[in-house]
Amino acid sequence: MPVRVQTDDFDLSEEVRRLRAGRPEVGAVVTFVGTVRDVNDGASVAEMELEHYPGMTEKALEDIVARAKARWSLIDALVIHRVGPMRPEEQIVLVVTLSAHRGEAFAACEFIMDYLKTEAPFWKKEQTPQGARWVDARSSDDAALRKWTGAQA
Amino acid sequence: MNIQLRFFASLREALATSQETVALPPRVETVGALRAYLRERGGAWADALAPGRSLRMACNQAMAYDDTPLTEGCEVAFFPPVTGG
Repeated sequence: MPVRVQTDDFDLSEEVRRLRAGRPEVGAVVTFVGTVRDVNDGASVAEMELEHYPGMTEKALEDIVARAKARWSLIDALVIHRVGPMRPEEQIVLVVTLSAHRGEAFAACEFIMDYLKTEAPFWKKEQTPQGARWVDARSSDDAALRKWTGAQA
Repeated sequence: MNIQLRFFASLREALATSQETVALPPRVETVGALRAYLRERGGAWADALAPGRSLRMACNQAMAYDDTPLTEGCEVAFFPPVTGG
């Protein structure tokens, strides 16, 4: 199962160890970990709650991983995304990509994160001194997709 | 036609509902027509589903658009642009 949505934290080393086990053809492992910041859009964030659309979330993530595997020679990939309440410094998301050489793993990891940010149905709600607020989507996330759909495609 | 509605995040809060089953009149055949039909409820519905609002829609858990056709028993979700990661 290349995709997991869970409330529990994850252990980067353990996840990478399990994914690599029994695969001597792997020459490159790229990981990305997204974490909770204590400041966002000028306000301090004490806590955050991540909501998602059960069922669609898993389908969207599996579809993104499948597209990455179709585009690059990946040996495997893993996405773990947490939901529920989280505090600053906690881990939110993990993406791991395995390939024979680094170029494919680097590109696929960034591709998966860029599409996750714009297509996977997760929503963040922050607790700030001014009260709770839903995080707005960023136009820079849409802009990040252009490198995958534009001239390079 | 009977369909299932789902609402998430700020939209769920604005409409004070997360899901409901609705029986649609025959003229409501697409996701876009459904959005307009729900606006006719007025109040928070007219505001939250207004044409200028940046909303995303899904039908049977895949991204949908105004012209996506509705089918008997389908699940249609409305939600704001996503902010995970």
